[in-house]
Amino acid sequence: MEVDRREFLVRGGKYLMLFGGASAAWEFVLAGTPEKAPDYDAKRHWWAFFIDIEKCIGCGNCVRACKAENGVLQEPFYFRTWVERYHIPPRDPANPEREEHPVVDSPNGGYDGFPERYPEGDGSKNFFVPKMCNHCHNSPCVQVCPVGATFDSPDGVVLVDKSYCLGCRYCVQACPYGCRYIDPRSNTVDKCTLCYHRITKGLTTACCESCPTGARLLGDLRDPADPIHELLRKHKVQVLKPNLATGAKNYYAGLDGSVR
Amino acid sequence: MHELIRDKEHLFRLALLFVVGIVLFLVVRGLFVPEGFGEIGHYRVGALEDNRDHPLTFAGRAVCADCHGDVVEAKSGGKHAGIGCEACHGPQAAHARSDDPSSAKPEKPDPVNLCLVCHRNNVAKPAGFPRIDPNKHNAGASCHDCHAPHNPGLG
Ligand code: SF4
Ligand code: SF4
Repeated sequence: MEVDRREFLVRGGKYLMLFGGASAAWEFVLAGTPEKAPDYDAKRHWWAFFIDIEKCIGCGNCVRACKAENGVLQEPFYFRTWVERYHIPPRDPANPEREEHPVVDSPNGGYDGFPERYPEGDGSKNFFVPKMCNHCHNSPCVQVCPVGATFDSPDGVVLVDKSYCLGCRYCVQACPYGCRYIDPRSNTVDKCTLCYHRITKGLTTACCESCPTGARLLGDLRDPADPIHELLRKHKVQVLKPNLATGAKNYYAGLDGSVR
Repeated sequence: MHELIRDKEHLFRLALLFVVGIVLFLVVRGLFVPEGFGEIGHYRVGALEDNRDHPLTFAGRAVCADCHGDVVEAKSGGKHAGIGCEACHGPQAAHARSDDPSSAKPEKPDPVNLCLVCHRNNVAKPAGFPRIDPNKHNAGASCHDCHAPHNPGLG
């Protein structure tokens, strides 16, 4: 009886100090083992992502956090998320009909940040674009998978069944955003899971957790109280390659037309 | 009529072939399609659990706040208030879940280099974001001489 009361007080105190999902998350962190959040109902969520180009400073925190959280290989061609730098030279007034094409670079995916490369005040336009899987609702990758190893989860996350993937690379070619690669350790495909192990426990993704400027935000479109609704309303947003009608769910604010 | 009866044997063999084919297909399908496949979509339902089954490396700022309320207090109202603890201190799930968190302490970040990760000059950074040229802005000094990292305003 005495022990029960003590236990009750300890637990109650902890739940009072933390709020909602965070208290549940605390339990998972304490346990160290990823248990199933018993009350997670996939059908009641629809995950999307909001990326504000005007806020990204190219620090690369998101790239490092993603690799640390998800055990992504360190070699500079394995990324679940990466950051690109766009440099658009000014138009030449003597040749106004010649359109300048953007110069895009992403040294080590932005993992080590971006060493300054362009001079200040030369009339060019420069900005960073964080990229990752768009968790497309009509995703080409899901459509081409011959065995159903890539699929759209009930909460709108495109996931891979690693035990079932053949490693045939169809989806790697099908993704118009270059978000997939073959993991040489398992010879199966790997990509952003939207930190499915975190978001189903009430936590945000590792990249959002460590983005210092709030340039990235995970949102649940099925939750009317989620701040993402307000953001989508207040900004002019665009998805990448809308002409492909992939149903991409990463909404970019301040996206320049030159971004591919 | 007479013809048809004479060909009865052929029809029977053909039907048998079909039945054998269908049974073979069902057996092979049963062997190769994993459990739970197609239950809620064209995939193995257990793959959802597989994807959730991954250890945490980042604890999340709410967990940090449970013990380090004083820092949250110090940050509030300042320019760094919205930044997650692990953005600067690195992933701390191991520290948070440790029986003796003081033994699994995060390393103290190197003040100058850490600040420059965000604040070093770069033309691609958005207008208005505070950035400096480390060779001109009090070169050689530690950022912490003037700025408190959790609330960096000059007061
Ligand atoms: S971005 Fe690529 S990998 Fe992600 S869902 Fe779309 S097509 Fe698939
Ligand atoms: S952490 Fe945020 S600000 Fe830094 S590169 Fe990634 S999206 Fe941009």
